[in-house]
Amino acid sequence: MMEHLYEMLKQVDGYIYPNEIELNWSILIALYPYITGLVAGAFILASLERVFKVEVLKPTYHLALLTALAFLMVAAMPLVSHLGHPFRSYEIMTTPQPQSAMAIFGFIYLWYLMVVLLLEIWFDYRRDLVLWSQEKKGVLRIVYKILSLGVTDLSKKTLDWDEKLGYFITVVGIPSAFLLHGYVGFIFGSIKANPWWSTVLMPVIFLFSAMVSGIALVMFLYIVVSKVRKVKIDMACLDEVGKFLFYVLVLDFTLESLDQVHRIYEAGESFEILHMLVTGKLTYTLFIFQGLLGTIVPIVTLGIFRLYKPKESIRKPLYLMSSLLVLMGIFFMRWNVVVGGQLFSKSFLGFTSFKIGLIGLEGYLMAAFWIILPFIILSFLLWLLPPWKKHSEEHIE
Amino acid sequence: MGTERLSASRRSFLRKSAVLAGTLVATSAGNPLTGVLFAANEPEKSKPWYGIGIDIEKCIGCGSCARACKAENNVPLEPFFFRSWVEQYTIKNDGSLKVESPNGGIDGQNQTVPEADIFKTFFVPKMCNHCEKAPCVQVCPVGATYESPEGVVLVDKEYCIGCRYCIQACPYGARYMHPETNTVDKCTLCYHRLKKGLNPACFDVCPTGARIYGDLHDKNGVMHKFLKEHNCHVLKPNLNTASKLFYNGLSAEVR
Repeated sequence: MMEHLYEMLKQVDGYIYPNEIELNWSILIALYPYITGLVAGAFILASLERVFKVEVLKPTYHLALLTALAFLMVAAMPLVSHLGHPFRSYEIMTTPQPQSAMAIFGFIYLWYLMVVLLLEIWFDYRRDLVLWSQEKKGVLRIVYKILSLGVTDLSKKTLDWDEKLGYFITVVGIPSAFLLHGYVGFIFGSIKANPWWSTVLMPVIFLFSAMVSGIALVMFLYIVVSKVRKVKIDMACLDEVGKFLFYVLVLDFTLESLDQVHRIYEAGESFEILHMLVTGKLTYTLFIFQGLLGTIVPIVTLGIFRLYKPKESIRKPLYLMSSLLVLMGIFFMRWNVVVGGQLFSKSFLGFTSFKIGLIGLEGYLMAAFWIILPFIILSFLLWLLPPWKKHSEEHIE
Repeated sequence: MGTERLSASRRSFLRKSAVLAGTLVATSAGNPLTGVLFAANEPEKSKPWYGIGIDIEKCIGCGSCARACKAENNVPLEPFFFRSWVEQYTIKNDGSLKVESPNGGIDGQNQTVPEADIFKTFFVPKMCNHCEKAPCVQVCPVGATYESPEGVVLVDKEYCIGCRYCIQACPYGARYMHPETNTVDKCTLCYHRLKKGLNPACFDVCPTGARIYGDLHDKNGVMHKFLKEHNCHVLKPNLNTASKLFYNGLSAEVR
């Protein structure tokens, strides 16, 4: 452990406080807002269909909900495993310190997981769970039975209630999704000691970038899942997702630009060091990965589709490319915030460097594991609760 | 009749507003905005409430304080963990600034800038500022870091979950993750010694008496005298942490 610190000591540029050589929040903490953002974004896309009745998005509705669930199940894991004492993490629930912006995390997380996502999915799938438990044999039959929680009533009145309550939860869910990710932004935005983080725009930027990444993820998954299932992609739906992705991306880009323009124009005490940061250590991750590839290229591509629609065989791969670029861009946005914010000294006089290994709890492999795990969970959820095998209304009578 | 009722309610509204405004002014006046005002507060009867004074003009940069701190508090000897350290500031004739603190200044410091190029040079000993409005205390999600009744900011290492949020929130770089306990560690003003009536280690070893500490509420105490006789500044006053570490002779370059 110490070896890498000695290595970093050699790479210090200028003056930093002696305790600042070690980077305290590493790649795992960059993953945490990334994954949480994917959850919030996917959920908001699902809500568009349900609450705002954007019927054309229907093919992505259940996929988006299950995606949100799969990623939410993993969201807290990088955070907990990064703690010095992971087994003390329960303290954050049992003795939260109410003044701390972080203390509310457990509650917001559980609220979102238990009350919003699980309930919404349950109400939505209850009828199918009951029907599947009647159709299937063996273990699966029992699993579906358990998942239906013994509520087997399929009368019209009860099903109407499922619909009503599900709708109500989605309505509650939208502000909850905003809260979940706006809150994550606040954890960073409220640290006055760090001028790179401390901006009132941070929660808003996090929220919009979350929507961008979540929509891009559902777009990507919809294309891939359709390919795997060998079914035709509903282009009207994909175009609609692309439209929303474009609008939110423009908003997100505007907000982040406003933040930077404001910093540059105000040119406060921290201006010089932050200027050196973005033109030095963050050049590639900020200007190339986040800015050019992750934002400008997708905006231009999706923007052109707003004006002129080439044929499907051209749109599909370009949608796939845009979604992947956006997903990469937002990852680097989290990276630039979390890691970038720790590269410069709070003395504003120098820089430390970032170094991570391949193995170890905070290495690249572990980070890759946490980002692959939700896809495995999602595959399982799609197998257990296949949206394309849901029973339509007519089926039951 | 209607007009009378209207004016009565307006009167009551104005009265209520005045009371509200008065309360606001009164409470904000009771909440000191600048560090030096602490000493002007009414003294608390029983407990001391500690502040620290460092006289930059007296500091010779020997590093005894940082050395004593490591020994007294079992701070790991590697050059990444410090409760107390000394910075050397050098302002050159060309106006540029050079700051150094090799190994936290523990081994003393050599001047690396040729004498002819130096406009001004001085040492700044650093440690936890034991802020009254400590950002680290504010952000701790489980309340493991807290302010003692004596105004000393402490960490309960049995309770700290090691999330490092406090390290991010401290503007002064005064906290680090202890590699053995995996909890956050920082200056305790040698609380274990204070409780026995002893001085913190760094104060005892300072050969020039550049550091003092004492009860900020004691009108006849050393801190009161120090703040009265010197033009003192705190670090990063713009962050409003209500730091209780006061420097005499602090140059504007120091952060």
